[in-house]
Amino acid sequence: MSKVHISTTVNGEAVEFLADTRDSLLDSLRDSLGLTGTKEGCGTGDCGACSVVVDGTLVCSCLMLGVEAQGKQIETIEGMANGDALHPLQRKFIEHAALQCGFCTPGILVASKALLEKNPDPSEEEVRYWLAGNLCRCTGYDKIIRAVMDAAEEMRGAA
Amino acid sequence: MAKDTNTSDFRYIGTRPARPDGLDKVTGRARYGADIAAANMLHAAVVRSPHAHARIVKIDTSKAEALDGVKAIVTRADFPTGLTGEDWDLQENTMAGERALYDGHAVAAIAATSPHIARDAVKLIEVEYEILPHVIDVDDAMAEGAPVIREGAANKTVPEGMHPNVVKYIEFGHGDVEDGFAKADLVMERHYKTEATHQGYIEPHACMGQLGADGKGEMWVCTQGHWYIRRMCAAVLGLDTAQLRVTASEIGGGFGGKTTIFMEPLALALSRKSGGRPVKLVMSRSEVLRATGPTASASMDVKIGMTKDGMLTAGVANFRMQGGAFPGSPVDMALYCAFAPYQVPALQHIGYDVLANRPKCAAYRAPGSPMGAFAVESLIDEMATELGLDPMEVRIKNSSKSGDKSSYGPKFGVIGLEETLAATKAHPNMSIPLGPNQGRGIAAGYWFNHGGETSVSVALSEDGTVQVSVGTPDIGGSRASMALMAAETLGIPYENVRVNIAETGSLGVNEPTHGSRATFASGKAMHGALTQAINEMCRRAAGKWKIDPEAVEWRDGAAVPAGPNAGQFPPMTIQEIARKMKNTGGPISGHHESVPDGVGDSFGAHVVDVEVDPETGHTKILRYLVVQDAGRAIHPSYVEGQYQGGAVQGIGWALNEEYVYDNMGRLQNPIFLDYRVPVASDLPMIDTVIVEVPNPGHPFGVRGVGETGITPPLPAIANAVAAATGVRIRHLPITPTKLLAAIKAK
Amino acid sequence: MNYHNPSNFSDAARIARDASGVTRFLAGGTDVLVQMRAGAVTPHDIIDIKNIPGVDAITRTADGGFIIGAAVSGAQMGADADLVAAWPGVVEGMELVGSTQVQGRATLAGNLCNGSPAADSVPGLIAAGATAQIVSADGVRDIAIEDIPAGPGRSNLVKGEVIASITLPARGQGGGDAYLRFTPRTEMDIAVVGCAINLTIDGDVITSARVALGAVAPTVVLVPEAADAIIGTTLDDAAIAALMNVVSAAAKPISDKRGTAEFRKDVVGVLAKRVAKIAYARARGEAV
Repeated sequence: MSKVHISTTVNGEAVEFLADTRDSLLDSLRDSLGLTGTKEGCGTGDCGACSVVVDGTLVCSCLMLGVEAQGKQIETIEGMANGDALHPLQRKFIEHAALQCGFCTPGILVASKALLEKNPDPSEEEVRYWLAGNLCRCTGYDKIIRAVMDAAEEMRGAA
Repeated sequence: MAKDTNTSDFRYIGTRPARPDGLDKVTGRARYGADIAAANMLHAAVVRSPHAHARIVKIDTSKAEALDGVKAIVTRADFPTGLTGEDWDLQENTMAGERALYDGHAVAAIAATSPHIARDAVKLIEVEYEILPHVIDVDDAMAEGAPVIREGAANKTVPEGMHPNVVKYIEFGHGDVEDGFAKADLVMERHYKTEATHQGYIEPHACMGQLGADGKGEMWVCTQGHWYIRRMCAAVLGLDTAQLRVTASEIGGGFGGKTTIFMEPLALALSRKSGGRPVKLVMSRSEVLRATGPTASASMDVKIGMTKDGMLTAGVANFRMQGGAFPGSPVDMALYCAFAPYQVPALQHIGYDVLANRPKCAAYRAPGSPMGAFAVESLIDEMATELGLDPMEVRIKNSSKSGDKSSYGPKFGVIGLEETLAATKAHPNMSIPLGPNQGRGIAAGYWFNHGGETSVSVALSEDGTVQVSVGTPDIGGSRASMALMAAETLGIPYENVRVNIAETGSLGVNEPTHGSRATFASGKAMHGALTQAINEMCRRAAGKWKIDPEAVEWRDGAAVPAGPNAGQFPPMTIQEIARKMKNTGGPISGHHESVPDGVGDSFGAHVVDVEVDPETGHTKILRYLVVQDAGRAIHPSYVEGQYQGGAVQGIGWALNEEYVYDNMGRLQNPIFLDYRVPVASDLPMIDTVIVEVPNPGHPFGVRGVGETGITPPLPAIANAVAAATGVRIRHLPITPTKLLAAIKAK
Repeated sequence: MNYHNPSNFSDAARIARDASGVTRFLAGGTDVLVQMRAGAVTPHDIIDIKNIPGVDAITRTADGGFIIGAAVSGAQMGADADLVAAWPGVVEGMELVGSTQVQGRATLAGNLCNGSPAADSVPGLIAAGATAQIVSADGVRDIAIEDIPAGPGRSNLVKGEVIASITLPARGQGGGDAYLRFTPRTEMDIAVVGCAINLTIDGDVITSARVALGAVAPTVVLVPEAADAIIGTTLDDAAIAALMNVVSAAAKPISDKRGTAEFRKDVVGVLAKRVAKIAYARARGEAV
């Protein structure tokens, strides 16, 4: 079975790769493009560690095929910072100790960024429900929620 | 000499700087177990038994071998024979021998040029099984007529006449329990059950192994303890230990479940068989739940005597735990911890470690302690309610104090239970008014913590910055704590310390990051190593100043004369010493190896408010408070994080998490859809209070904090549900199904 | 696995009809990819319908109904203010499927054709009286949603048939619908029990109703006698009690890892009570 040649845009850069039709987008990002920041925690869309944004929509990359990346705009954790300038969410996560092992962190950062772009002033409950699909086993979510709300406040102030 | 550390006047300790690995972890740069690739690499997949108990009649690998891209296949025949004891257990669990012992037990493994081909090849391996009767429940496994998992596995502790599935028996206590019960105004006996749960780390096990014909190997693996991985792989594969070098990747959670091997030897065996190609092996989530190390399930009977004033007079605990198809359930630790918070004049503990057709259990955060606490703290609460007593006052009245003899034998050192209970009692959460269908529950909990083999080295760089090499992987921010302690000891900025998690080739043996030991043991050994380096730096200054080294001490990052009599010399900074070190005697480093004593126990108390929907049995957590003694919080944010994380795992265990088996002994919920860990919308903020009763056994007073926090939630929630509904659930998890049925039956 | 990307539904249907092995249509993929990864299905042919023009659009019919293309995601549905205002019960059902990430991809047609008796979008669609447009090589037909589920994991569609769109009728005056489910956690669970009610009122009196139950039978079931229990009433306590009894009796649940039959029978009644009140309040134009 020959592979499919895919042209897509990842974090603003045009890239190409070969996809086995059975590869998930997560497989393609990690193994074909070497972007290992996006993680596999479950492979069933239950943990959110594989979260990426495709054409502006937050999705689980384990639930898309690699071949579906054709012509899309994909944003991963690797594109969240702007050179040395961390996104406010990234800074706040460090400041609030909102990560312990850090494995869920890329997925949660990508998901939180998508939330704040849609709703810059979420309540605590709204943040929790938006992030319900991002499992964290280390933190109990407390400091994550605080970091997201604090980042949102900073971003509103800067806006 | 080194700074006097018996002070609380710290410059760095107790602050909250950014963790050193923070940038890597928020940008996706940090590399975890599966984030590795190598030239010529193969991908592995594992064939696993679909049966709970079956004789393996035949394994036909021919069709898989013929699949293009398959480069190596291994079965048990590829492993050395003649292992005994724990090494045999590890080997048997890594790859089944004559029988598959649980649903998910590995029977063969394949390495191929792509993950798809490897998974396709799994389907082509034909295994002929003869299905055998199986047993899942711990009490069933002890009963007459239960299928025998393994003959002759019982050790000499087990009394005559017990079923062969009982592999260990433990009995200890003190005082006269009958006399104690006679003195009580109320004696209650209850039966409690908990189900197996999984640590639930989000990162599945992953490794890349390479093993050549010369017996030299390399492994990259996400683990809490790479020396354990090294030793265990070497034992299982018949390798010389030092010829296998293991590097710990960043780890995406462990909680005890990554302190041992499950599939790591398979990667090495496949590599060897493929001619030495690197082999990457990553578990799927369902493999993790089926075939790694959940904790034990428990069946417990507890009897307690209490006076009408709430004094405990006697207690008997009979615990039965299954740890899967191998010895090792934490029944002993469960019994040691069960009454530890209390001074009870007479206690009897009896425990059974039982085999069942389930995966080989591994440690899960204070192994055994949550189960024992669930039973004892629930019963104490029920008795307090029955006698009309305040449950907090009952805890306080009976609480263990520094120097008391513990329920399990040794005397406590300096402990902080009194202070913890006092801080809990005084907390505003205790007086928030409750509404209809709401209830408040409290519980205490305990973990001993651990020292263990520790090897640390430190070295001075040419510019005066310092590197610290530890062997305890950083699961939750321990690099920050190490750097803070190093900064404090040396008197140099936190940013001038780099902490590295060294691979096995660079240090002596280290026990894993388990037992809440990293900050304690690696920290204490680091202090020893730094002291050695500081002594050497003082000696270099003394040499320059031509005075006795005894006359030089270390202060604020510099060598200084110890007193006016030593001489008038300006401080010689660490930078200056470093710049000149190659001319003053060479590289400056320090190292320290030990099994540190002075471990500090950690007590905790939790308060939880719940609301139960009486029509559906659904429990909502309204409010949660963790109060726990940390001895000294080196980086308070990460101490709080341990408290919160442990509490939430306990909430999941109390309300929703359990292993569900069908009548064929197959796991029914091997993915996160039906293995229900708490999600963000299930929870409120988790309030924390760090109590500090310093541990004199550590230079900065540190007690381990990671584990105690999972112990009180199980009983605290059961007690809160009882307060909210009048119904006592004694079988976890407190699912809506169970609770609604109990509410209706009331 | 052959990946197909047809540009119209006739081609999609024809590819499916002519395929020799296991075939799956691919809309959001939130069920198919899970099943592939679990090894439960390895399609020989996977037919991606997302590049068919119009498949991701929500359009209005002349009488005010909604035609929802087969690739419209839950997130898109939730962002359509008119749809949310007209059929909140349908939208909230779809919005309970999975996580925010799953919502970004999951579709009504996929949720329906996956055939779970616990599917969250299906009770609301059935209660609303929705229909599906089915395309095959032989042409096009419309069928009621309740005629599609055949049993756990099975639909009544035959090889070579594909859903092109789902149509919701016009809401009309005095109508309201709602969906509730019971799950042990607040999110991320499969419904242990689900209930959707769609009703219309005239003044205070319920003039028509449809009650659909999820996860209490091999398929989502429409329970006409439950509707009868509240039609002609003002949803007073007696009507509610009757409704609860009827749905509990109509439920034929099993005991499984997610709940016992007894629990499901109890809770379906409780949900029906709560859903009816929400649908009634919505029909009266009250904020809920």
